[in-house]
Amino acid sequence: MTDSLLPLLLFVPIIGIILCLPFSQQLARWVALLTSLVGVVLAIILYQEFDGSGSEKLQLAWSFPWISSYGIKFALAVDGLSFPLVLLTKVMMPIALLASWGEDRRLRSFMSCFLFLDFAMTGTFLATDLFLFYVFWELMLIPMILLIGVWGSQNRIYAALKFFLFTFAGSVLMLVAILWLFGEYRAQFGAYTGEIALLSKVVFSNQPIFWGLTTQDLIFWGFTLAFLIKVPLFPLHTWLPDAHVQAPTGGSVLLAAVLLKMGTYGLMRFSIPFCPEAFIKAVPILSTLSLVGIVYGAWVAFQQTDMKKLVAYSSVSHLGFVVLGLCALNREGLTGSVLQVINHGVSSGALFVLVGILYERRHSREFEDFGGLATVMPRYAFFLVFVACSSMAVPGLNGFVGEFLILLGAFKAKPIWTYIAVSAALFGALYLLVMIRQVLFGPLNSGENKNLKDLSTRDWVSLVPITVMILMLGMSPNFLLRKIDPALDSFWKTSLQKGQSSVEAKAKPGGKV
Amino acid sequence: MLTAPHILVAMIVLPLLGSILNGLVLRPAFPKRAGVIATFFSGAAFVCALSLFFALGDSPQGISWSVSWFDVGEIHQKWGFKFDSLTAVMALVVTGIGTLIHLYSIGYMSEEKGPSRYFAYLNLFLFNMLVLITSDNLLGLFVGWEGVGLCSYLLIGYWYEDIDKAKAGMKAFLVNRIGDAGFLIGIFYCYQLFNTIRFDEIAQLLATSSQFDLHLLNVAAFFLFIGATGKSAQIPLYVWLPDAMAGPTPVSALIHAATMVTAGVYLICRMNFLYMLTSDTNAIIAWVGVATALFAALIATAQKDIKKVLAYSTVSQLGLMFLAVGCKAYFAAVFHLMTHAFFKALLFLGAGSVIHGLHGEQNICLMGGLRKKMPGTFLTCLIATAAICGIPPLSGFFSKDTILFSALASGTTQSNLLWVLGLVASTLTAFYMTRMFVLVFLGNYRGEGHPHESPFVMMFPLILLAVGSALSGFLGVPHGLHLMPNFLEHYLSKVLVEFPEQATAVSEHSAMCIATGLALAGMSVAYFFYGKLSRAEKSQKVLRPLQFVFANKFWVDELYGVLFVIPFQWISRFFSKIIDPLAIDGLALLPARISSGVAIVLNVLQSGLVQFYLIILLLGGLWVLWYSLKGWVI
Repeated sequence: MTDSLLPLLLFVPIIGIILCLPFSQQLARWVALLTSLVGVVLAIILYQEFDGSGSEKLQLAWSFPWISSYGIKFALAVDGLSFPLVLLTKVMMPIALLASWGEDRRLRSFMSCFLFLDFAMTGTFLATDLFLFYVFWELMLIPMILLIGVWGSQNRIYAALKFFLFTFAGSVLMLVAILWLFGEYRAQFGAYTGEIALLSKVVFSNQPIFWGLTTQDLIFWGFTLAFLIKVPLFPLHTWLPDAHVQAPTGGSVLLAAVLLKMGTYGLMRFSIPFCPEAFIKAVPILSTLSLVGIVYGAWVAFQQTDMKKLVAYSSVSHLGFVVLGLCALNREGLTGSVLQVINHGVSSGALFVLVGILYERRHSREFEDFGGLATVMPRYAFFLVFVACSSMAVPGLNGFVGEFLILLGAFKAKPIWTYIAVSAALFGALYLLVMIRQVLFGPLNSGENKNLKDLSTRDWVSLVPITVMILMLGMSPNFLLRKIDPALDSFWKTSLQKGQSSVEAKAKPGGKV
Repeated sequence: MLTAPHILVAMIVLPLLGSILNGLVLRPAFPKRAGVIATFFSGAAFVCALSLFFALGDSPQGISWSVSWFDVGEIHQKWGFKFDSLTAVMALVVTGIGTLIHLYSIGYMSEEKGPSRYFAYLNLFLFNMLVLITSDNLLGLFVGWEGVGLCSYLLIGYWYEDIDKAKAGMKAFLVNRIGDAGFLIGIFYCYQLFNTIRFDEIAQLLATSSQFDLHLLNVAAFFLFIGATGKSAQIPLYVWLPDAMAGPTPVSALIHAATMVTAGVYLICRMNFLYMLTSDTNAIIAWVGVATALFAALIATAQKDIKKVLAYSTVSQLGLMFLAVGCKAYFAAVFHLMTHAFFKALLFLGAGSVIHGLHGEQNICLMGGLRKKMPGTFLTCLIATAAICGIPPLSGFFSKDTILFSALASGTTQSNLLWVLGLVASTLTAFYMTRMFVLVFLGNYRGEGHPHESPFVMMFPLILLAVGSALSGFLGVPHGLHLMPNFLEHYLSKVLVEFPEQATAVSEHSAMCIATGLALAGMSVAYFFYGKLSRAEKSQKVLRPLQFVFANKFWVDELYGVLFVIPFQWISRFFSKIIDPLAIDGLALLPARISSGVAIVLNVLQSGLVQFYLIILLLGGLWVLWYSLKGWVI
């Protein structure tokens, strides 16, 4: 069982797609839901099986040769970096499906897109072969574009195209970097390989080859630009609001909860281990951009009147924190970043679910159509306030621990970073409170809102697990930290500290590497 | 076997249970029982606090309990709780007065349709307040700190259908968040300095080692104080508290007078081992405190809304407490915190009783003569007013004098000035409190309603609080009087460092006489002006310009609006309307625009018209012909 756990995790969605095909449109929904629930069960087994003690980094490995002449394998494994993200993917899948339960156009294809997305996302996190990773990374685009472009709102084609072009521009750069890295590896070790662990052994020369940039810098930026677009880091974020607004609710949930995480995962899995010194050199740029993003995202979110757009810009702000935590180059910042990634996935996913609930009833996301909903939808109001609290990092809920650790890490690195980022404590609360006031409070003036129904059973089924996760991650995140802490420790020592010390060594006059 | 740590956990968790029961479980089924349930859980917490108090006894070690929260590298953060003497005093005040206010709320909220939500919030507040005062580390304290802020937001905006009330809640939350940002930075400085944020470990480090950079200690203390200015409504972050009066009056009594707003004072007293060393920061604290005390007292003299008078009075009294902690007189601050909790809660509940009896009227100009109509409220409020004015031997007299004498005896260069300003503030207190009392209870009734006395369920808490307001001062009678031992100071001496008393120009006896004399003078002046309406009107004419300034609260809200709120709105609008769509998105889409522009040009060439292609073909052929013949011809 344990040997085949990862392939199961990966291929169960494909089995789901095949099962969807012969059934009627309505039944396809149930098949998809059941498939995603099987995924949750497998994720729970994975949690049990995964040994976080750090004796072995890559676990449950499974592989078979693929393109042998180039050393490329179909290799899957899980470690402390990918483990929480696989869990997140699997847990958010049924929630996303339930959020789009009301969809009634081309259900079979709709559900197949979701399941295919599940497949591609899982593969991206599990791949331990760089080439395989790239394949999954590109595969992920297809169902997402279809979800936005076919089942989206009015302006869906524009948003789908924009999403595709932004992401694909990054992907092309990454492909160049991958090929270059393959070449460098062959030049040094005499053979091709796709294995990530081996590729990170490549040693780069320090000769500037282009505008003072070394090979390492160029490869680093090739990877990193692709990931930063996905994060998205200011100023590469403008595709996100469009994509979120146009995507169907379930698509928004997965986009916020999982797809954006590919960016920070990629930074930690590839950019930093492959090119640690280039990363250290890039810290001033990355930290500045993330600080600007933290403040800018919150300020722009404050001006939005569309609930989805507001949440989208809040993502820009929250994910700025993640990059800032990485830039801090210390344990607190690093762990904070990983936690923040998970927390943002849960909280913003939940926010999109809640926006979707309103959209389903009222076909609007504009503030001006709402007001005073707390009177007719008290249970909905409870969850909206609760999730908003988690998003604005009220201590005791999930958002806090991650943000606290990032701010602490940033403070140890450069206090000025914390002085700026901590302002998000104010602005982050501001836009969410404005949303709560506009939607829930005030007099119930619109006649159309008088008969709005409170939460349905389906809403409860998706909101209660989220609530449990928010509380667990907030009150006792050790259940997760215990499993990933050793991996983060070794990541910190092998990648961040190594890069830092070698950069420092070079900076000394007469220093040698 | 139920051990003391279990009781500690029970004390904290019981109100949370009550909140969950009322808010989530029983909500549709038992709307009328909500008050009783909430009061029961609050009372149970009080019983726990009492038994912990007796279990603690005189032991210097506290009762503690902990469980892990998160472990990251070398940080092993725990949910740690500790019950020591300072916590004991706070917990008894919080749960005791809290329970009375729960009881009172049953009567006050009886006209609400479904007060379940109200009582759920109230219990939740109690839970967070208990987390705040029992945590054994800064981060745990911060959890409660944010939690009470959240409950305050929810309760201020309890009547959320009124958008102004919802906005007042928002303002409270956001202004507090400014302070919280400072608090967080203070925590980070503590991490940097001590590598721990547990109170006992920091105290240990500071006691055994003298190698800490004094400047950094001052900075850490200063940032924690910024947090305190938010929660405890001090200059410059006091602006949320008067607006917070939009909430139900029992909430104002519990959260915005007796408990939550004193959290900042509690924080500094809890960290007294740090603040003992930071003289520079202490000077700032003392001056901010005394300035707030004066400033708010001046505003209070011209307010017409009964709750606004009390709100500014609270700000002013909190300023006095900060004056005390700024002078390192931590016991004085806690003592005044306790007595103030009694008489200010009583005043608010009395005001609530008046508002309830007048069916929502809050303007003191439309009251008067309630002495006969509401005798119980009148008597209890009389005691509270006398207590806050500092009439011996009521509680406020002892605690306020302890503060003022501490300011005098603190031994800094400005101690005399601080003392004088503190005296002025307390004289003003006597003035505006008497003004309010006279306008509400004496003279003839000027309104049009039919005032009635409140029911017993509301009167009972008033009576108990009146007893507390009258007698609680005897717990901390100053040594200088040689009357009786100072129980409270002795009890708290295990946690709070002793006040470093210096020789003073004025003896404690004379200082007391001066303060009492001034208080009586302030009361007489107020009675003289407001006892008869004709005189009040005359005085209004003379003092009109001043009154105008005070009544408009020195336009601080407007100033903040112009300085911060409006610029922020402009900038964020500029970002979201200009920068984001045009500059950033425009730049990102530039490659797309360029390629589509090129495509348009190239499109022309592929028009599909055969004639066009033929002309091009012809021209091309001619060019080739010319090119190949060129050499021969020339």
